[in-house]
Amino acid sequence: MTEPLLSVRDLTVALPPGGDRRHALDAVSLDLRPGEIHCVVGESGSGKSMTATAIMGLLAPTLTVEGGRILFRGRDLREVDERGLRRIRGREIGMIFQEPMTALNPLHTIGDQIAEMFRAHTDLRASEIAGRVEKLLADVHIPDPKAAARAYPHELSGGQRQRAMIAMALALEPSVLIADEPTTALDVTTQAQILSLIRELQDRTGAAVLFITHDFGVVAEIADRVSVMQHGRVVEHGTAEAVLDRPKHPYTRALIAAVPSTVPPKRAARIAPGETLLEVEGAGKTYRTGSLFGRRKRVVRAVDDVTLTLERGRTLGIVGESGSGKSTLARMIVRLIDPDHGAVRIGDVDLASLSRRELREQSRRVQMVFQDPHASLNPRRRAGDLVAQGLVVHGMARAEALDRARRLFALVGLDPNGIDRFPHEFSGGQRQRIGLARALALEPSVLVADEPVSALDVSVQAQILELFERLKRELGLTMVFITHDLRVAAQICDRIAVMKNGRVVEVGDAAEVFAHPRHDYTRTLLAAVPGCHWTPDLGDAVTPFPVRREVYA
Amino acid sequence: MRILALAGRRLVTSLPTLVVLLIGLFLLLQFAPGDTVDALMAQIGGGDPAAAVELRRFYGLDLSVSVRLGHYLARLATFDLGYSAIYGKPVAEVIAERLPATLLLMGSSLAFAFSIGLALGVFAARRVGEWPDTVLSTLGLVFYATPSFWFGLMGIVLFAVDLGWVPAGGLEDLGAGLTGFARVVDVAHHLVLPVATLALIFLATYLRIMRASMLEVMTLDFVRTARAKGLSETVVLTRHVLRNALLPMVTLIGLQTGTMLGGSVVVESVFALPGLGRLAYESVVQRDLNTLLGIVFVSALLVVAVNFLVDLLCARLDPRIAA
Repeated sequence: MTEPLLSVRDLTVALPPGGDRRHALDAVSLDLRPGEIHCVVGESGSGKSMTATAIMGLLAPTLTVEGGRILFRGRDLREVDERGLRRIRGREIGMIFQEPMTALNPLHTIGDQIAEMFRAHTDLRASEIAGRVEKLLADVHIPDPKAAARAYPHELSGGQRQRAMIAMALALEPSVLIADEPTTALDVTTQAQILSLIRELQDRTGAAVLFITHDFGVVAEIADRVSVMQHGRVVEHGTAEAVLDRPKHPYTRALIAAVPSTVPPKRAARIAPGETLLEVEGAGKTYRTGSLFGRRKRVVRAVDDVTLTLERGRTLGIVGESGSGKSTLARMIVRLIDPDHGAVRIGDVDLASLSRRELREQSRRVQMVFQDPHASLNPRRRAGDLVAQGLVVHGMARAEALDRARRLFALVGLDPNGIDRFPHEFSGGQRQRIGLARALALEPSVLVADEPVSALDVSVQAQILELFERLKRELGLTMVFITHDLRVAAQICDRIAVMKNGRVVEVGDAAEVFAHPRHDYTRTLLAAVPGCHWTPDLGDAVTPFPVRREVYA
Repeated sequence: MRILALAGRRLVTSLPTLVVLLIGLFLLLQFAPGDTVDALMAQIGGGDPAAAVELRRFYGLDLSVSVRLGHYLARLATFDLGYSAIYGKPVAEVIAERLPATLLLMGSSLAFAFSIGLALGVFAARRVGEWPDTVLSTLGLVFYATPSFWFGLMGIVLFAVDLGWVPAGGLEDLGAGLTGFARVVDVAHHLVLPVATLALIFLATYLRIMRASMLEVMTLDFVRTARAKGLSETVVLTRHVLRNALLPMVTLIGLQTGTMLGGSVVVESVFALPGLGRLAYESVVQRDLNTLLGIVFVSALLVVAVNFLVDLLCARLDPRIAA
């Protein structure tokens, strides 16, 4: 076995006093060998990003390294002074970040920001640098590298920005590349391209890649070795094959079991097909930009003539990438957005044609659960009030409404006494339960859930999905479930509608769409799901994070 | 090209602003009791009503409000600001005499407040939480909370009367008949106190905005990227932090031009500077409608022009501002 290029030994980083634990990193050790991709996987707060930041010597001033060594080519980076570290950063160890939009300076051109690498570390002349920049951009397969070099970050697409970011990190051919969730902010097809690009460049340059991710699918896609982190500790490490297929540590097993499978579960045909509850007919929404004085006009058909039906008691998944119009459609169904034309019928009422006043009366027919559990709850109101609010508005006495809120809390698996608490006192998963309780309070005929699990860690996600599944069973919920994650869609949805550029390109039963996709775009999407050829099989021994009555921190 | 298109559009949109402003002010002044003739009559110690009627006809004040407004706007379109009955010469001439003093005062104050505020803001942000930051923040608040006339008066008492370092008022030493460079030095000497007085308040604002802006930008992702690229701290600061942090500062210049014009009325009064602010005050007292409207026109033009330049500067600094 070759000598490790980068070796982290017992790295311990202290958190400022008053945190939820004493150490952000607790004796973290990992080895990175030339030519290998080493994935560090874990949930938020596991310390995986901090490990990367510590290697770069860029920890926030409030954090102090208490012990351990970071050996790079045999030299302990902890003993290198700031000047020396600057020579290593960028030249020896390159880094790419999660969100390429914010990780690039909006005020400088792409070419200029890449050129900065050469200006900082080499004595090349400006003309030589320009040539190198162009070649780098060509290497990461950006169409028209010359134009891209002159472009500002906001003028490129998300995928192109990340390619530019990679070009920048690889400018000086560093022997180590640290990638911190480099594909998390990207669409699934773009993610697949970026992953294969990283593989390709790594093959060509022989660099060692430390790849940080929360997504086991991504791990299955590119990892040679894997380290699993939990609460600042490495709980398991080994080759990708060993960790993915024969995980030993209970946490790893639970994490892998929580990854939704791409194969929809076999569902008993428990619902007699028939009664159509929700009917979207020819609904459309077009956005026009452009002002009075000759700004270039742009017309975006966010939702373009969509027709869908949903039967009582079933769940319709709407899947698609960003910009496909799935969220606009969801908002049109609850009429947070007025459709330009078309009808949205629930039973015999056309929501799209109601006046504002009528809509308020009918709003209990359809309710929505939002994506971000942090932003969608008013931080200054008590959780119980948030849930009871809709009932009070519709004429229920406050005490009775609060009593109902208490029962709803129990229903979604929260402690009923939690109604007196404020949203910030709950965790992300608990907050999403509050959002669900709020939506269910009015006993809607149709529940619209817009990416309800996308902001959650995989273990919490599994619990919330389990909750949705239970509520479907117990309450006979009829649900529209918007998601970009095909794995999630496969688990929760009875029917799937695939959207692209505002149009529905394919509709069908979930099992059918996943097994025999008819439309090319559906096939592309399915093929792009990271780790789609890896199906975790742990037998029946493992239950993924059983839903328990959660304890308040 | 992008910036030119932006400039053209902004120019077109600022014209209606000017027109609305002028009409509004014209109508507002009609509601104030008394007119130029009343003020003139009062100055010459009264006169017979027939003469007043005659004077009103001479100045066109007997016509209806709408007709006079129409005339006024028509004349403005040819940049004719009318005739001042009080000063006995065209308004444009009256304003032209006073404008340089105000421009000089405002320009110097702005430059002083902006540059020092910027430098101190950067300094405070670099030492956030340490004693220099605390001292600067406290001083800033003190300057911000103190009325400028009080600063002016105390400045005069201390530096002009007690210490005798600078003159107490006026724009220049009229009796000395200085020319060339010597005159420039003289004017600068006279302006030290007024500029400091006017600038201190704005300096405090710039300092606070710059400090906050720097601190915010320093937490952004691209600054971490810059560090990860191995750039030196100076390069990170100047190339990545400073330019981004400057954007709100530049916007602030545009917003504060109007306030600064208002502030200069006070400062010009305290220091007896022959500027636009003093002129405005005098023409209100004397019901010199034409002059007042002229001043408002010129001030509005000034504010619009500064904002126009600020917009262009912002567009130059920030490529995301689309044409």
